Amino acid sequence: MRFSNLFFAMMVLFACAACRQPGKLPIYGPRDVAPGQTDTVYKTIPPFSFLNQDSVPLTQDAFKGKVYVADFFFTSCSSICPVMHRNMKTLYDAYKGNPDVLFLSHTIDEKYDKPSRLKKYAQKLGVDEKQWQFVWGPKKDVYSIAEKDYLVAVQEDSTARDGFVHQGWLVLIDPDKRIRGAYDGTLPEQTGKLKKDIATLLAEYKK
Amino acid sequence: MRLRNLTLCIITVATILGMFLSCQSQEELDMRNYLSNGRSLYEVKCRNCHGEQGEGLGELAPPLTDSLSLKKKKKQLSCIIKNGLEGEIQVHGKVYNEKMPAFTELTDMEVAQLIVYITNSFGNSQGHYPYNRVTEDLKNCPSSAQL
Ligand code: HEC
Repeated sequence: MRFSNLFFAMMVLFACAACRQPGKLPIYGPRDVAPGQTDTVYKTIPPFSFLNQDSVPLTQDAFKGKVYVADFFFTSCSSICPVMHRNMKTLYDAYKGNPDVLFLSHTIDEKYDKPSRLKKYAQKLGVDEKQWQFVWGPKKDVYSIAEKDYLVAVQEDSTARDGFVHQGWLVLIDPDKRIRGAYDGTLPEQTGKLKKDIATLLAEYKK
Repeated sequence: MRLRNLTLCIITVATILGMFLSCQSQEELDMRNYLSNGRSLYEVKCRNCHGEQGEGLGELAPPLTDSLSLKKKKKQLSCIIKNGLEGEIQVHGKVYNEKMPAFTELTDMEVAQLIVYITNSFGNSQGHYPYNRVTEDLKNCPSSAQL
């Protein structure tokens, strides 16, 4: 009885810790208090440089002050990627022309998905525009940023149907480079939630 | 006596009529079964590329709404589904040149259920396709998946 009370109290505490200001998205990832400062320091996406579909280096500068959605895929993926990008395209269509919202797809297939192939893919998907960038990079860099920074698991696996296993997360990043949400891109309901959360995030930064 | 004759008569007529009706609708019954199994298979195996409404995905996967194309390829659908497809094809007058993976794990019955589902959804209505036709069709697949 006592124990269950304690358990209940803890649950309430946890729930409160998770409480957030209304109209504000949570901030994901480990956090620290910087020495000598009182502000919490959140995990941020570190600087990067990859080649985009036009074989031009794309760095974090392109995302300065922007909200963006990042994901990991490969062009020959026949399982979850088509549906992920079908759903992501509905987001893209919803925010098309909005200079504050960008999309960033990383290939995890260093060998086959050279920039020229990404270009073709983007054209065929019907999204060959600056607002949605497709990037290629050395395997170790892409896998490292996926797992350590965007918190998405990716792995080469010869037993998997297409030779890779990976998760279909769409990761929402705010203008301060922090993770504000992760959504299962294979589910239309989750993508719908992401669409709303992008609006919430834009509103937060308008103030 | 009269009543007994009448009853007998009614029963006989009803039985004959019932047999006739059930005969007629056996195919419809089969088709309904194929359709509902075909839909589940489609959702798991095909929807990601060809879409909820068979609308396709950009130029990456063709729509399955071109009745004429499906009708023309009716005898090849089994091979396409089982062995995959690559190379240039035209659907609704638009060129597609991508690769569809093979679904070798499907049984003839499952292929038939898929064929019945796609050729009777998305604006198509081409009727039943029993699994023994699939078994027949699969004997004549082109060696490469190209058509
Ligand atoms: C990975 C994506 C993908 C999946 C999954 C997929 N297809 Fe396809 N499908 C394609 C592509 C791409 C083509 C066109 C291939 C080409 O360009 O030669 C195609 C072509 C077809 C065609 C020929 C259409 C026509 O009018 O000529 C049919 C029929 C078809 N697919 C049915 C299916 C069925 C049934 C399934 C599920 C068992 C399925 N596909 C799963 C990508 C896919």
